[in-house]
Amino acid sequence: MAGVAGGNDFQWCFSQVKGAIDEDVAEADIISTVEFNYSGDLLATGDKGGRVVIFQHEQESKNRPHLRGEYNVYSTFQSHEPEFDYLKSLEIEEKINKIRWLPQQNAAHFLLSTNDKTIKLWKISERDKRAEGYNLKDEEGRLREPYRITSLRVPVLMPMDLMVEASPRRIFANAHTYHINSISVNSDHETYLSADDLRINLWHLEITDRSFNIVDIKPANMEELTEVITAAECHPHQCNVFVYSSSKGTIRLCDMRAAALCDRHSKFFEEPEDPSSRSFFSEIISSISDVKFSHSGRYMMTRDYLSVKVWDLNMENRPVETYQVHEYLRSKLCSLYENDCIFDKFECCWNGSDSAIMTGSYNNFFRMFDRNTRRDITLEASRESSKPRATLKPRKVSTGGKRKKDEISVDSLDFNKKILHTAWHPKDNVIAVAATNNLYIFQDKIN
Amino acid sequence: MFPKGTKRKFSDSGEEPVCSGDQGPSASPAAARTLSSSYSLQRQSLLDMSLIKLQLCHMLVEPNLCRSVLIANTVRQIQEEMTQDGTWQIMTQALAAAQCPADRLVATEVLCRQTDAAAQAGQSPKPFPVSGLEEGYHSEEVVMDGDVEAEVTMSSLSPVSPQLSSASYLPGPFGMAPCWEEEEEDGDCEEDEEEDSEESVSEEEESEPDHLRADSRTGEQVFGTFEIKHPAPPPDPALEELFSDVDPSYYDLDTVLTGMQSTPKMGPYDLLESLSSHAPTALSSSSSCRSDLNELDHIMEIIVGS
Repeated sequence: MAGVAGGNDFQWCFSQVKGAIDEDVAEADIISTVEFNYSGDLLATGDKGGRVVIFQHEQESKNRPHLRGEYNVYSTFQSHEPEFDYLKSLEIEEKINKIRWLPQQNAAHFLLSTNDKTIKLWKISERDKRAEGYNLKDEEGRLREPYRITSLRVPVLMPMDLMVEASPRRIFANAHTYHINSISVNSDHETYLSADDLRINLWHLEITDRSFNIVDIKPANMEELTEVITAAECHPHQCNVFVYSSSKGTIRLCDMRAAALCDRHSKFFEEPEDPSSRSFFSEIISSISDVKFSHSGRYMMTRDYLSVKVWDLNMENRPVETYQVHEYLRSKLCSLYENDCIFDKFECCWNGSDSAIMTGSYNNFFRMFDRNTRRDITLEASRESSKPRATLKPRKVSTGGKRKKDEISVDSLDFNKKILHTAWHPKDNVIAVAATNNLYIFQDKIN
Repeated sequence: MFPKGTKRKFSDSGEEPVCSGDQGPSASPAAARTLSSSYSLQRQSLLDMSLIKLQLCHMLVEPNLCRSVLIANTVRQIQEEMTQDGTWQIMTQALAAAQCPADRLVATEVLCRQTDAAAQAGQSPKPFPVSGLEEGYHSEEVVMDGDVEAEVTMSSLSPVSPQLSSASYLPGPFGMAPCWEEEEEDGDCEEDEEEDSEESVSEEEESEPDHLRADSRTGEQVFGTFEIKHPAPPPDPALEELFSDVDPSYYDLDTVLTGMQSTPKMGPYDLLESLSSHAPTALSSSSSCRSDLNELDHIMEIIVGS
């Protein structure tokens, strides 16, 4: 059974799984975001407890060249703490909504992490040397009596055990009334945008006490509110361009050169509705949960409840490609509305060459679509298929009356096991899939 | 855990309420009235469900604005359609007639207000106001009169959640209500809501075999949680088709919703699992027994405060 990705026929196999095995999952351990850095060397996860865990790719061991290296814990820190808004008498969750890496400019690594209200810039640096031989302090760091100092010496750098330190360098607070859903670093490496339900702000990475509001869709009368911003992203190459998606299934592309306030879009992407499939749930399932530019910057991808769509930035009236993620759920929309699953926000991602896309589904299934061959595959992140280098078996959901062997029926799907967050290595065929509190890493089979 | 009746009608045979143009699965013109009544019931159920969601989403953490807006848009869509049908007017008139002002529902007021304004303006109703979007919202308590005769007695939506009982815009027969004897309802309305919960548990068990029995309906049952049972011969056809019955395990909605906020224990997995197992006929008492026991467990959990 051939796998599908990257334009070639190859198979995905299990590499690692991180996280506890317990059936009882602590709420705080639920992974809420996953992101590779620009080189793919580092993999960051954020969870509902406000913690960030960074994994680093270890070099392949020379003894076993057929293995890719593994990802091991590099740094763990508490990024956000729960807060209480006294004015509104409401809690502010510490859940990390998004992590975005900055391009690396020196030995240290920088990332932005955000919860509902506050964005923080973290510096992650290594320390593997320590200065010894201070004049004014002794070995334990206590101050020496001045009269005991009879000679001067130059402190010497001695090697020490590697220590990885994370320190908050900037805190960008108090700019969002509503819940932040996206952050995106601009290609100029100086600015970034943050988006909440009704507004988008542009920040300079060095300046924390002010930001520019570039989009504001809040109506004068909140009772007239019918549409919210669901995601936003900067263009990967053009630092003046960004897009934002809405709960009505539309995407607006804005050019910051046109005006200071980008309330008027430059391009408006919307697919006309199919009148034959109209129902009371049409709007809800058209709501876009994620938008991602391709690495090339020519395309963008949007995820709504049932499908993934690839758009050519030069064509606004319809997507160029549409992929059905779990069409079998269309007849179950009322149940999914009732149990709130219809509001689940799935993310999507491109592979490094933009030839394949991936997104999650229920029952710990995730789907990959090859844009060239038009083939797709459904895989499962489960402990059962977690033997080292075990090839993942394609899964299938049976939609008709007859259920074949190895297929799973729609009614047996576990809607509590949802894969909302996935990430694809920017260069290699390595993927990270967050299944509740576990992080699965899969890679292609190297023969 | 899941309103089985609603489920059956909505999803199993693909009979979702469709906005326009869809007249339902059957084509018989003679059954058109039944069909549209079935569609109305479904639509009403969806409306009820949406209103519950809007009320319940205000917990300790600020509600998800996107979700609230989407639900509000759904409510508005239904409202607009019902206004075009003319059923909206009938319903609000019935509500006005049935209730004394003190019992006015928060949601009803809001929706009625919209309709009145629209009627005056002669336009389509204003957007459903998603109240409290800016400020933190706290569910309002509605004082219910202990009116024995009218079914507008218990404010508790469910035997389970105290939270829900405070979001008591849903009057109407308590839990499994409609088939309970008058005396039981009398007794209940004297007590406070917490006790009602506990009491209903035992009554629930006692009247277990009864809850499948069709009951005569009255116009006082509004926006409540009702069972979807076999359509009983209604005393008042017009009202009957307006006020749909929702399965009493509707309280499970709250379980699910609160479950979404905390560690989900019972998955909605169960909901869809029973989708396939339900024939479009009578609810088997065994399945409702099972759900009742689940309800009971959940009630006890909350009462004990575990």
